[in-house]
Amino acid sequence: MSGFTLTPVETKPLSFALPVIGAAGAFVGLFVGTAHGSGLMGVVIGAIALMALGFVALKVFGLGMEKTTRKAMIALFVVIGWLVAGLPGLVLGGLFGWFFSWFIFWIGEGRYRANLAPYLTSGQVLWHYTFRVICGAIFIFLITPILVVIPLSFNAQNFFTFTPEMLRFDPAGYSLKHYQDFFTSSGWQQALRNSLSIAPMATILSVGFGTLAAIGLSQPHVPFRRAIMAILISPMIVPLIISAAGMYFFYSRVGLQGTYMGVVLAHAALGIPFVIITVTATLVGFDRSLTRAAANMGADPLTTFFRVQMPLILPGVISGGLFAFITSFDEVVVVLFVGSANQQTLPWRMFTGLREQISPTILAVATILVVISICLLTTLEYLRRRSERLRGLSPG
Amino acid sequence: MKLTKTLLATTALTVAAGTAVTAQDMADSMTLVSWGGAYQASQVKAYAEPYLAANPGVTITWDESSAEAVAKLRAMNEAGNVTWDLVDAVASDSMRLCDEGLAMELDHDEVLAAAPDGTSASDDFGDLLVSDCFVPQIVYSTTFGYRTDLLPEGVEPPSSICDVFDLAKYPGKRALQKRPIDNLEWALYCDGVAKDDIYPTLGTDAGVNQALAKLGTIKDQVVWWSAGAETPQLLADGEVFMGSTYNGRLFSAIAEQNQPIAMMWDMQSFDLDGWIVPAGLPADRKARVMDFLKFATDTQRLADQAAYISYGPARDSSASLVGKHADLGIDMAPHMPTDPANAGNVHIYDYEWWADNRDDLNAKFQAWLAQ
Amino acid sequence: MSDTTHTGPVLAADGTPLKRSLRRALRAQKLRALALIAPLLIFVLLTFIAPIADMLFRSVENQIVGRTLPMTVEELRDWDGEGTPADSVYRALYFDLFLAAEGKEHTKLGSRLNYEESGISSMFRTTGRDVDNIGKVYQKAIEKVNPAFGEGAFWYDMMSGGQGAEGNETLLSNQIGRLEGLESKTFKGDIGFVPGAEIYKILPNATRAYTAFAAFTVFMDEDVVAEEDPWEAVYPALLLDLREPATMAALAGYQGPGAQELRDLAAQADTLPPVDLKAALVESNEDWLRTEYWEVIKTYSPPYTTGYFLNAIDMEKTTDGIALRADDERIYGILFKRTMFMSMVITFSCIALGYPVAWIMSNLPARSANLLMILVLLPFWTSLLVRTSAWKIMLQQQGVINDVLVWLGLVADESRLVMINNQFGTIVAMTHILLPFMILPMYSVMQTIPQTYLRAAKSLGANNWTAFWRVYFPQSVPGIGAGSILVFILAIGYYITPEIVGGTTGTFISNRIAYHISTSLNWGLGAALGSILLAVVMVLYYAYDKIVGIDNVKLG
Repeated sequence: MSGFTLTPVETKPLSFALPVIGAAGAFVGLFVGTAHGSGLMGVVIGAIALMALGFVALKVFGLGMEKTTRKAMIALFVVIGWLVAGLPGLVLGGLFGWFFSWFIFWIGEGRYRANLAPYLTSGQVLWHYTFRVICGAIFIFLITPILVVIPLSFNAQNFFTFTPEMLRFDPAGYSLKHYQDFFTSSGWQQALRNSLSIAPMATILSVGFGTLAAIGLSQPHVPFRRAIMAILISPMIVPLIISAAGMYFFYSRVGLQGTYMGVVLAHAALGIPFVIITVTATLVGFDRSLTRAAANMGADPLTTFFRVQMPLILPGVISGGLFAFITSFDEVVVVLFVGSANQQTLPWRMFTGLREQISPTILAVATILVVISICLLTTLEYLRRRSERLRGLSPG
Repeated sequence: MKLTKTLLATTALTVAAGTAVTAQDMADSMTLVSWGGAYQASQVKAYAEPYLAANPGVTITWDESSAEAVAKLRAMNEAGNVTWDLVDAVASDSMRLCDEGLAMELDHDEVLAAAPDGTSASDDFGDLLVSDCFVPQIVYSTTFGYRTDLLPEGVEPPSSICDVFDLAKYPGKRALQKRPIDNLEWALYCDGVAKDDIYPTLGTDAGVNQALAKLGTIKDQVVWWSAGAETPQLLADGEVFMGSTYNGRLFSAIAEQNQPIAMMWDMQSFDLDGWIVPAGLPADRKARVMDFLKFATDTQRLADQAAYISYGPARDSSASLVGKHADLGIDMAPHMPTDPANAGNVHIYDYEWWADNRDDLNAKFQAWLAQ
Repeated sequence: MSDTTHTGPVLAADGTPLKRSLRRALRAQKLRALALIAPLLIFVLLTFIAPIADMLFRSVENQIVGRTLPMTVEELRDWDGEGTPADSVYRALYFDLFLAAEGKEHTKLGSRLNYEESGISSMFRTTGRDVDNIGKVYQKAIEKVNPAFGEGAFWYDMMSGGQGAEGNETLLSNQIGRLEGLESKTFKGDIGFVPGAEIYKILPNATRAYTAFAAFTVFMDEDVVAEEDPWEAVYPALLLDLREPATMAALAGYQGPGAQELRDLAAQADTLPPVDLKAALVESNEDWLRTEYWEVIKTYSPPYTTGYFLNAIDMEKTTDGIALRADDERIYGILFKRTMFMSMVITFSCIALGYPVAWIMSNLPARSANLLMILVLLPFWTSLLVRTSAWKIMLQQQGVINDVLVWLGLVADESRLVMINNQFGTIVAMTHILLPFMILPMYSVMQTIPQTYLRAAKSLGANNWTAFWRVYFPQSVPGIGAGSILVFILAIGYYITPEIVGGTTGTFISNRIAYHISTSLNWGLGAALGSILLAVVMVLYYAYDKIVGIDNVKLG
């Protein structure tokens, strides 16, 4: 975090540091032990080994040789890991070594207090870090499922599970064949093309109509503003299955079911709330005197819009457009009902794939989509910062 | 030698058909609707690829919507905009579509090719022409497969349908189809009801409760599937010990993907699958689809399909042409549901009875599932 | 100076009163705003609101009975519900069913009524197959007397009353209307046939049946009426007319085409088979004698019904009014309750997991908070299907979590945990999917709560817990409220995730709606379930708007 310390760091007595380090060792030892047959043995060995290491590091070598000690400790763990479980053990051992070598000094030297107010009781300090661990766990819960998809997409087998070869980091367990399948299968390519032809069209429609309406809605005197807003936001709120069923029946009646236009219109309707929300949000901070100033200087409304208003709300429009795009690009329920074979999109194929012939090609597609969403997210974050800077909401 | 002859003959037939309706009058694209998976793949290889080779410039789009065929055809019909040209449907769906006027009635002898020996199409298909709109392709069965490596040690492999209900002897999860058809009959059969009495018993409330009670004995060990490919996947992943599915799907898991799975044919439930042509197609598309239909349901093509998947061809004349698997070179005949060794004890499900009682039993079955 | 003493209305620069001028400017402003909004509003109304209204309409619509069996429904009105209806009902049924069977509409009605009482479907189907044969008996008998009655041209002349005869346009448009109702289409144009007014008075049944045939021939078969032989239903209709005592007298004075043939035929009417259509229908399927089936037809004959809604809440219409369904058929109550319960569990899990995250993000310096924000938004931006398939991989028996647990020795290999295809799977996956929707509103509220309040509370002697619970928490409640309603609204309508990881016990009402729309084809029931779900969502949406305001929804 920050470079300064709130509380001066002081070395903790061994009578405090060693039991804490030992407890951590016991905790890890419990899992390693149960994995190898006896939990109790694991606890005992873990606690003793860590306490011994802690003693050696803190007392024998001491602070002066911290860097060397840490390196040695990592090396020790790597070797043990490799002896116990081969290549995966080596990696795991490295990670554990890095963690414990840091942990021993962190506890032993009392560095954990550095960023905390000096008057906190030790119970409060403990709670502070427990809370952080809980939050960390929640973030792991948020991210792991997405990360797990990535290595599995390189599976050489046609399964959804990690094979023993993969866990051994055996190159034979990995392959690019699912990517190859995605890029060569005409079905997947057609689906990609469909997605890429439907989503931009839907985005253009929802951004075009949506931006105009958002500008209208942000005028000072709009009759029935609340009701209109409620209607325009409703596509986001109404359960998709109901929208899909309604569109299925209605579009059938008017001959739009199973057509490209039908899917585009449906997706545009679903994307509109996002455009409205993001664009009105940028308009909230919009200084109306700017348009008056422009008009005062002789600009007609169109010029005012394109030269004054547009550049300022552009980030909102773009991020609304990104939302609309991803809505259409991700959408599966409505397209399943409103579309037909000629409009099979990527999510459609993924959905039937998940329900029917399950193949890791889906995971390859998933990985590609994750990469795309990371790109979109970065763009969005950039736009947000730019918008804030332009509107002077945040420094730099 | 014989094979080339029939090939030549059928090519000649197609050419003849092609001259009757000139190619200009035919649409050059078709949307075919099927079930996806190994089955659709076999149709692509046996029907579509040879047809496309003979008719360059034609494109075929596949839609994997057969499971929702009736619903979608109804909606399309309501809109007066039918986008499908040929739909693969099971016999009961095809009857329903025919009854509702959503499928076109066909004169089988006129639109289908005769057998190589001159037998008319209607004689060649025989009893399998269960509806005027229906052109059967295959006879398939819903039957069980089990994991050979998950078999408890020292226990003989399951050989009777009632082993599905025997959790003590064969522990582990089972995959069953999420519908009452077949499951209720199997349950009653294993609860001691004689085969002939199954439908009369199911007609009473007590009988339905008896069947559900029997299913209830394994309910918490059942994974319910709704798409045919789920069971092979669940078996391959080791998620279930045994499960029902279409026999061809099991064959492809066993023979093509070398999974440790074996078949259990007892009380397999026979059914038919085939084509229907949606009613109300414009003339050019109809001409194209009729041309394809004639080609795809001739004796040789039906026999060819059996080289990719273990479903019995619907024509009598195709049976003798069934040969070896296209890639694996194994004899296909012993893997057919109709093979005498497999068809010892079969369950023949009653379309008429289910057509009447489906809604009612479905409601009860779903309520039972939800409880 | 004189300006200030001016007492008249304040004037604008152009001389109009300022008040009016301002009002006009305001109106122009309002109009401009509306003009900007209008295109989108119309777009949303057409592409989104109209489809939903259309679906709501389907949940009460029941025109199929009245359209398929118009005459039967009319005749059935007088039936008291005891025993079997009068013969006239069966007679009307025969002619209705005949036309419906020609148009292949009778099985749709059968399936519709079968939702209410099983077995009706097959009754309609089997009898639909037999209607031709029932008529054929009379056709053969009549043609035996005089083969002229087998010829289309002869019938055409007879029924149109000959060249220049006065036509009955009302009858014609009635029959076309009946066909339009049956086929749900509109038919335009001249059919090349007008039933004779005079012959209709003498032979009402036969003329009506023939007119129906004529309309069907032109519009459905696209043939020419005069060239086609009439269909079988015309013959029993003719015999019914000839058996009427008054017909002989009326025929005696009739001069139109076919008059002589009709007189000859009428003279021999007694030698022809009696027209007992009830017996014929019952012979085709004896279920036509069942009182409960007729009750269903009568109960569901009005064009609108509450039947689907009753079904959606596990009730049904019976002769004694509205009653609960049998125990083993009650399913929607369970499903609605389960949907509510699981959505609530998901909402609470999201609160439990989202609160610490939102807290820590609002307490960290901006740079670290932004980094964590990206971790929250990444799942939000990742395809729903990717996340659902990821959970499938994580949770299945051979999946990542089980593998890890087995490897750690916490779970034996043969007793791997079942975490998918049940409620647990749905709850975990959906909590993950909806968590960002909880964190974002919470975060935006917590950002505005100054940390100094907590410190102030502590310095006044509150312990950690009291400071949090009495000072911080109340201020963060709006964030919890906004997040909870949003998550709850999204959760109860979810379809994809429960479908893939929910099995049978982890599915929602949405899955049932999808089932009725694409598999069981009971669209009315699907629409009724959808309407109820929509009503629940709308109430929550209204609450959300009142509490949070829809303008305040934030997206990252």
